[in-house]
Amino acid sequence: MALKTQKFVLEFERPVVELEEKIHEMREYALSSGLELDDDIKRLEKKAGQLRKEIYSNLTRWQRVQLARHPLRPYTLDYIGHMCSYFEELHGDRHFADDRAIVSGLAQLDEFSVIIIGQQKGRGTKDNLYRNFGMPNPEGYRKALRVMDLAVKFDKPIITLIDTPGAYPGIGAEERGQAEAIARNLFRMARMPVPLINVIIGEGASGGALGIGVGDRILMLENSWYSVISPEGCAAILWRDAAKAPEAAEAMKVSAPDLLELGIVDEIIKEPEGGAHHNTEQAAQIVKEAILRHLRELMQIPRRELLEQRLDKYSKMGSWKE
Amino acid sequence: MDWFKRKKEALKPVEKKELPDGLWIKCDNCGEIIYKKELEKKLYVCPKCDFHFRIGSDIYISILFDKGTFTEFNQSMKAADPLNFKDSRKYSDKYKATVKKTGMNEAVVTGTGQIEKHKVVMALMDFKFLGGSMGSVVGEKISRAIDLALENKQPMLILSSSGGARMHEGILSLMQMAKTSAKLARLAEHKIPYISILTNPTTGGTTASYAMLGDVHIAEPGALIGFAGPRVIKQTIGQDLPPGFQRSEFVQDHGFIDIIVHRHELKQRIASLLDFFAHQNNVA
Repeated sequence: MALKTQKFVLEFERPVVELEEKIHEMREYALSSGLELDDDIKRLEKKAGQLRKEIYSNLTRWQRVQLARHPLRPYTLDYIGHMCSYFEELHGDRHFADDRAIVSGLAQLDEFSVIIIGQQKGRGTKDNLYRNFGMPNPEGYRKALRVMDLAVKFDKPIITLIDTPGAYPGIGAEERGQAEAIARNLFRMARMPVPLINVIIGEGASGGALGIGVGDRILMLENSWYSVISPEGCAAILWRDAAKAPEAAEAMKVSAPDLLELGIVDEIIKEPEGGAHHNTEQAAQIVKEAILRHLRELMQIPRRELLEQRLDKYSKMGSWKE
Repeated sequence: MDWFKRKKEALKPVEKKELPDGLWIKCDNCGEIIYKKELEKKLYVCPKCDFHFRIGSDIYISILFDKGTFTEFNQSMKAADPLNFKDSRKYSDKYKATVKKTGMNEAVVTGTGQIEKHKVVMALMDFKFLGGSMGSVVGEKISRAIDLALENKQPMLILSSSGGARMHEGILSLMQMAKTSAKLARLAEHKIPYISILTNPTTGGTTASYAMLGDVHIAEPGALIGFAGPRVIKQTIGQDLPPGFQRSEFVQDHGFIDIIVHRHELKQRIASLLDFFAHQNNVA
């Protein structure tokens, strides 16, 4: 897979991307000149594969954070587009506004009709402004809640896709009760009598992520991050220097393997080699398979038991000494 | 423009009063010098400007509970430092030093007791312990308190005084928001009253979970209450914040606080609420 078109390259991706570009050039040259370069190309491809493996199997937490923020990384609507045979977006919280940082709607996921909700980032400046960089306001959480209530009413499972740099810290957001909106969702999601699956697809920043992140299963993409605050936020407070974000990411243990070890997530979803942005379609397929596998399991559980298990799951979270 | 000219007489520097340590306290708000015993008698509210001083969980217990009725539980629970967290110093060292300095084991005290003879379960956060930050222990102690309220069928009260979730425990701190909210949701299903009392400050993950989930929200006057801290908001939007922003009165104006209660009336007003919820409307 040549990345000739990849406009944005992370520092640690560079060696692979450069090699892939070289291979691409050689192919074109072979084609135009009629020279037999197959052996050389094969050799380089092998090398690129090894290099990729080497780089991606030794990622630091901070590198994963960077991948989670990669501007070419698939976002909620990309996943929905690839995973669902039907999607009808429902807009607005029926109180104040339609928050474009959260999309929600009715969807068909293979044999299941489901409700899907996720934070949506934008691609490019204009789109990002439209989506408020994936930072929801209270009306976004309230929209999510009222659509989830539809799921409960019509007995549909709920899938949430989490990808946010945080709930928006603005004057209006405070005036309209950002904290109350998030708290209300935690309170309600804990007891909704339908299967609830949360997938962290990119950034899971704090309460802004958790606001649509309570469920029976928490799945996490390999190169996503999830923590109580962003590495920059933590660094600014504890190190008094936001530039110490890489250290903060390490200290807070924000990666998917960390969260699996800490007993927070149920499964790490493997990404296509080179990260989800390397092959959106494949990434979506893998995510879909994981969701369906868990959904089929959860659908078997009597609803009353499901709620007990959910409460039990959260009761166990944490670490203390007595 | 005579008034515009600087008067010849230079302003006299305010004479520094030598305050005997511990005997006098200066009001953070109006600068009034208050005799400490007097302040104590006034429940740490400035007699001149009504400023509510920040007080610890021990003082709230003495203000709210009928004398000698409060019994603490899970007192010895301590943080386990699951991440082996370290910034400029180790979390475990910082924690130990805080325990030593405050004489407390964590940022919340939970217990049972009586408020005007009403038996209740209460969790009281304490800002002096790592900024009242919510980590695993705070979440677990509050969760167990809620479980006990359910078991005993007694009203639940949580007094918040917290900067938010504790960064040193990463994702585990965040999950305490979900845990406590889930417990409160179950409590609500059993129609057991839950009163949230918000004091200065209540921000971040604390506000975005149990503090905002009460049947009744009581705030002390002038308390900072919000999700994002004022500094973060200012940095994000690049403009000054309106006066009174995120103070109790502002938050009430915007619909998220039911009543603002002066500390002198706190016990009585809570007792009246408990009376109300306990009252049975019997049909003769």
